[in-house]
Amino acid sequence: MKLNGAQILVQSLKNEGVDLIFGYPGGAVLHIYDALDAQDDIKHILVRHEQGATHAADGYARTSGKTGVVLVTSGPGITNAVTGIATAHMDSIPMVVISGQVPSALIGNDAFQEVDAVGITRSCVKHNFLIKDINQISSTIKKAFHIASTGRPGPVLIDIPKDITIEQIDEPAYADAINMRSYQPVVDAEPEKITKAAELILSAKQPIIYAGGGCVIGNADQELREFTRELGFPITLTLMGLGAYPAKDELFIGMLGMHGTYEANMSMHDSDCVIAVGARFDDRITANISKFCPTAKIIHIDIDPSSIGKNVAVDVPLVGEVKSVLQDLIQALKGKKTADISAWWSQINEWRSIDSLAYQTKEGVIKPQTVIETLYEVTKGEAIVTSDVGQHQMWAAQYYHFNEPRRWINSGGLGTMGFGLPAAMGAKLADPDRDVACVTGEGSIQMMLQELSTMLQYNTPVKIINLNNGYLGMVRQWQEFFYEKRYAMSYMEALPDFVKLAESYGHIGIKVEKEADLKPALIEAFKLKDRTVFLDIITDPNENVFPMIPSGAGHNEMLLAGRDDMASTNDEGLNLV
Amino acid sequence: MRHIISVMLENEAGALSRVAGLFSARGYNIESLTVAATNDETLSRMTIVSVGDDGIIEQIVKQLDKLIDVVKVTDLTATEHVERELLLVKIDVNPNTQADIDRQIDRFSGKIIDVSEDTYLVEVAGQSKKINEFLDSLDVSKILEVSRTGVTGVCQKREG
Ligand SMILES: Cc1cc2nc3c(=O)[nH]c(=O)nc-3n(C[C@H](O)[C@H](O)[C@H](O)COP(=O)(O)OP(=O)(O)OC[C@H]3O[C@@H](n4cnc5c(N)ncnc54)[C@H](O)[C@@H]3O)c2cc1C
Ligand SMILES: Cc1ncc(C[n+]2csc(CCOP(=O)(O)OP(=O)(O)O)c2C)c(N)n1
Ligand SMILES: [Mg+2]
Repeated sequence: MKLNGAQILVQSLKNEGVDLIFGYPGGAVLHIYDALDAQDDIKHILVRHEQGATHAADGYARTSGKTGVVLVTSGPGITNAVTGIATAHMDSIPMVVISGQVPSALIGNDAFQEVDAVGITRSCVKHNFLIKDINQISSTIKKAFHIASTGRPGPVLIDIPKDITIEQIDEPAYADAINMRSYQPVVDAEPEKITKAAELILSAKQPIIYAGGGCVIGNADQELREFTRELGFPITLTLMGLGAYPAKDELFIGMLGMHGTYEANMSMHDSDCVIAVGARFDDRITANISKFCPTAKIIHIDIDPSSIGKNVAVDVPLVGEVKSVLQDLIQALKGKKTADISAWWSQINEWRSIDSLAYQTKEGVIKPQTVIETLYEVTKGEAIVTSDVGQHQMWAAQYYHFNEPRRWINSGGLGTMGFGLPAAMGAKLADPDRDVACVTGEGSIQMMLQELSTMLQYNTPVKIINLNNGYLGMVRQWQEFFYEKRYAMSYMEALPDFVKLAESYGHIGIKVEKEADLKPALIEAFKLKDRTVFLDIITDPNENVFPMIPSGAGHNEMLLAGRDDMASTNDEGLNLV
Repeated sequence: MRHIISVMLENEAGALSRVAGLFSARGYNIESLTVAATNDETLSRMTIVSVGDDGIIEQIVKQLDKLIDVVKVTDLTATEHVERELLLVKIDVNPNTQADIDRQIDRFSGKIIDVSEDTYLVEVAGQSKKINEFLDSLDVSKILEVSRTGVTGVCQKREG
């Protein structure tokens, strides 16, 4: 049977098991839309902005573990999608983005809606392709899904000129498997390295497990639990790792890094053996690199060799899938005795008793921390929580105790304001039976508001928890600390009436101004199972995120709420972000 | 330290810009870069000369290896290898300077490939160091135009 390029593309997506696409049409992809229209297996979600499509596909991927799929047109379609592609790239999220391109004969002519999509996205994708021949469509789709979802996952772009989508050939066979000589991700670590790591672990007196997003991405939460419990070692998680190990567990000592707990950062600082598991020593967690883990030997498990030794010198590199490497380590440690670490635990518990996440409540104002704690209570810790970027993101991470992986969906690496709402829609589509909350701020939510319309059309009920402090709070906090309270452009006047706004999009809006109304409003919102509810919660405009390691400082130089209300930094710190 | 990195990559459109883009995006330094087809028509070989401490060179090698089109990366500097570069230089010649220039060309095993009334076009091949020395041996004001290919290299063992 003869098929045109668009039909081959759609058929190839079906062969990859795709059942959901987020996209937006335009001239260059009209043949593809025509082919999509003629079938029922793949559902298409018409977003309101291409950035929304990429974030929604990203939220879908983070929740389900499957590859998110996006379809956009040439020119402004693909440029609008770039922020979402970069967001997925920084957090290693599997995504395939298909962009239309002007007809082959016009490429390079500054044709209508032409941009060099492959060139523009090169540095923020795992790989990209420009299809030049209709015979390459199915093999390129096969490669794209393979690359996006294996090894260290990431977004892959396929740019396809319009003429190729209307040409016809006999329906090509779809390959079952693929082998690329230039792309062979490692699975197992070298056995000698496993032995070396095991020896180091057994002799450690002040060990700490520092686990990250790789444990979520690599579906290794069960192995991480077994490994940690078998050893009885303290474990800290990065922002991206939250949920990979249950927050309610005794061995969990909280998130580490800039806004991590006192006990997690002090333990990192004093440790003699850091076991990094699928984490990449980002500058938000190392703080001042010259003061980082001064006495520790470092074991680093990562699938990406370039993550190892990039920021921090590593003693035992273990290149491989976290899941398989942890299994090998568990095996190597079976029946062996670790050093006595009871003194270490006493020290950690002493740091813990400082209770670095304690905060002061104040009569007449709603504290943002209280909102998150109440959200946790009302949802029994079972919801999927997406977030935007800012103070509210940190409070969600600190006070919503994630006990399972793939429940905490946020943009860590790029820190993209606007991510939360479309990501919540994607999460709801991936897991329709679970409650989804989007924790956001009045600044961030305004970056992707238009997706409220999509959410009505496709009935994806989520609860929007707007921590409305009237400020670009995270910016205001830095200006308070480091710019002598010169609040340049961090106060936003003329905010919309969010209740009316939600209503105009066909949703429900509730404004909460008194603490007494908070819990009833949340209960009410979650009772409205089939509706998107926008909770505009007026919170303390002056609250800051604590604890905090100011830039330029070391892990043992944290600022604590109530004790160090004002942070300072030096010139070196000011130059850091 | 100066390193010569040899990269075998799929002969795909855009592969060169991926490598060049990687160097600029990550702020790595490139002294020279050459690329051409090999005996296997599906592969190109690229030779890059870069300067950096061991940590940076290690990252460069890993980041290159991570590119999907890259099949193999070798730091030639770490093995026994040969490197060559070709120089084409146009030199102003007059009866007063000719003898000296001829002597230098001879000393560096260069070849005069074209002669006009008052210019030479000279070819010199060898290690970059030798080419630098040859250029240094000439009177700067007499050098009219220089074109260098950049370094190419291979490792000496049978298996590179
Ligand atoms: C306002 C703001 C504040 C922040 N503050 C903090 C903070 O206080 N603390 C904090 O931790 N973060 C913070 N972040 C997030 C920070 O920027 C980084 O995104 C985060 O620290 C990176 O987490 P990670 O190391 O777990 O790496 P990820 O980005 O999740 O990377 C995962 C690593 O695992 C590897 N990997 C992936 N899959 C596998 C696999 N299958 N097997 C083996 N390895 C694999 C990857 O190669 C990569 O190296 C903040 C972000 C923002 C926006
Ligand atoms: C797209 C984008 N632009 C700018 C920033 C810088 N930035 C980080 S946090 C923040 C303030 C966010 O304000 P809001 O959403 O109200 O959250 P709050 O910090 O007040 O909780 C800004 C501007 C960013 N992260 N993303
Ligand atoms: Mg705000």
